[in-house]
Amino acid sequence: MSAWDRFLKTFFNTEVMAKYLPDILQGMVVTIELALLIVVSGIGAGLVLALIRSLAIRPVNWLIIFVVDLFRSLPPLVIIVLIYFGLPAAGISASAFVSTWLSLSLVLMSFAEEIFWAGITSISRGQWEAARSTGLSFGQTLFNVILPQALRLTVAPLTNRTIAITKGTALGTVVALHEILGMASSAVSNSYNPSPLMMAAAAYLVLFLPVVVGARWIEARFAWKR
Amino acid sequence: MNSTVAEPIVAARGIHKHFGHLHVLKGVDLEVAERELVFVIGPSGSGKSTLLRCLNRLEEPSAGNITVAGIDMLDPRTDINHARQHIGMVFQSFNLYPHMTALGNVMLALRKVAGKSRTEAEKLAQAALERVGLADRADHRPAELSGGQQQRVAIARAIALEPRVMLFDEPTSALDPELVGSVLAVMRSLRESGMTMIVVSHEMGFARAAADRVVFMDHGLIVEQGPPAQIFESPAHERTRAFIGQIRQH
Amino acid sequence: MEEIVQSFFNAEIAQAAMPIVLAGLLNTVLLSLLVVPLGLIGGLILALLAQVKGPLVRWALISWVDFFRAFPPLVLLILLFAGLPFAGLELSGFACVAIAFFLNTGAYYGEILRAGIDSIPRGQVEAARSTGLSGLQTMTWVVLPQAVRNVLPDLLSNTLEVVKLTSLGSVVAVPELLFQARQAQSVTYNPTPIVMAAVIYFLILWPVVRLLSRLENRASAGRA
Repeated sequence: MSAWDRFLKTFFNTEVMAKYLPDILQGMVVTIELALLIVVSGIGAGLVLALIRSLAIRPVNWLIIFVVDLFRSLPPLVIIVLIYFGLPAAGISASAFVSTWLSLSLVLMSFAEEIFWAGITSISRGQWEAARSTGLSFGQTLFNVILPQALRLTVAPLTNRTIAITKGTALGTVVALHEILGMASSAVSNSYNPSPLMMAAAAYLVLFLPVVVGARWIEARFAWKR
Repeated sequence: MNSTVAEPIVAARGIHKHFGHLHVLKGVDLEVAERELVFVIGPSGSGKSTLLRCLNRLEEPSAGNITVAGIDMLDPRTDINHARQHIGMVFQSFNLYPHMTALGNVMLALRKVAGKSRTEAEKLAQAALERVGLADRADHRPAELSGGQQQRVAIARAIALEPRVMLFDEPTSALDPELVGSVLAVMRSLRESGMTMIVVSHEMGFARAAADRVVFMDHGLIVEQGPPAQIFESPAHERTRAFIGQIRQH
Repeated sequence: MEEIVQSFFNAEIAQAAMPIVLAGLLNTVLLSLLVVPLGLIGGLILALLAQVKGPLVRWALISWVDFFRAFPPLVLLILLFAGLPFAGLELSGFACVAIAFFLNTGAYYGEILRAGIDSIPRGQVEAARSTGLSGLQTMTWVVLPQAVRNVLPDLLSNTLEVVKLTSLGSVVAVPELLFQARQAQSVTYNPTPIVMAAVIYFLILWPVVRLLSRLENRASAGRA
């Protein structure tokens, strides 16, 4: 057996791969569900926070800034571990899925809020004044004039940040979440063969590479043309 | 001038404005009669733009009274958004909405504030663009229009709401010289249609030809006012004379 | 309330765990001092390669960068740590972290530096070359200093992410802050050490986050 054959037999062992393919696919379903949930709740909550912040109520804004800063400062893995191992001590038990979802949603929420807020504040005062001078209310101005311009500015940074954070679903492995990496890791220790890891790597590329390529396209498309 | 006879459409009394430690307006009184065109001149920092922005409450005056078209602008019970649709404003930097077409810019407040239906708003907006000579640019975005065209769209956006008063805040200062004429022409035709206008500007030729009254402001106060000929030819105050002399040199 | 304090802010346990956690902090700092320069070097190599014009280089670089943007760093780390031994190559957790960060964060730094270099007008290069500077000298003394300044907020933001990412070391038994905190937690059966780690991360990284918000706001104010 040549070295190449040995390599193939070790890292791309078809028998092992066939055996654990269902597990990896199951892990992919969990990863997809989790990622979609995080995107919806994280970006949604971030937008809501940015809108509340635009009302300029001092104490509320201090609270928002603190929460956003907190979840931008902490490593996502620390948040996941803290929620998963910490909450039971407070009498609340959160599953691995819920812990990972909650942690990464909070992180994405915080980054999204900052990005939305930067977008809103980058729209010139004159836009507010022109709209208000024609009698539009604060809310009408925000939704009809400011947000459509601000959101355009946020598309590219938000897409990049969203990819970086949803990739973090792999961190769920640490709290025994049965997503792709978790499934692959246990398959490796059961079969004593690294092929499931190679499948996991391929699975992540299948899921995220199209998103990354799409993001490149979006970035080019939404570059602000004046 | 019959401004003393008729009830003034704009009446601002004792207007003060502080920005932190800065006392920008120090008790300004200004009355404007219906159909009158009042020109406000003065050096930068004299408070003329701030006064204009107090009239529709884009700036909150620190003290004083303002009535526009019978509405007490500073009464907290006044629906300021409703009041503002009767006070058109045109800005130095146009402030068109870059994500909307010219027509969309004009239609927005017609739909949201005046509550017009889509078809009616479109008809009114188209008519307003026609008045500023840009009916054929309705589908263009601001970025595709020249500065002069953008400012005319901004005027259309204001007049579409059928305001009782129009405020112009240095409407031609950001324009290339060759584009100023088209904006002044629109302002002149507005004037001829009987619109009440308050204009902050340095366009002395236009003031001389079209204004009923010129108001000279300095250091947050009205120094003197009168017909253009009087202010430009024989100003009573030294400061007015110095200012007129300065802008003549340019 | 009493119970929550006992669980999360237990003074006794905090005192006992303090030396363990602080040892972890020291390793996190050392690890960061290793992986940030490694990532920057990787990024600089990519950014310089991107200056070589030609479709082949261009596509190779885009593929490289997109690959690592799509690949979760933890998966890369596990692949090195658990996969390589099967090829007869057993690396320490520390070495795996170093390699994974060189590859992963290098791709991110590379994108940022490339954008910075692209932002420098061609005239700068022409002016420098006209005075007799070589291509490399022009890059080193004229283009890069300006490029780095233009993308400083992005570089700082990425560095923040890299430092946070060092917590992945805990998965491959590198005794950094999170690893040490979890060790202490498993011995004491109390999450206080993890809270301590979180507080330490926050105290160290909060100033950076504040600074970044400031820079971002200043940038957007400049645009307005």
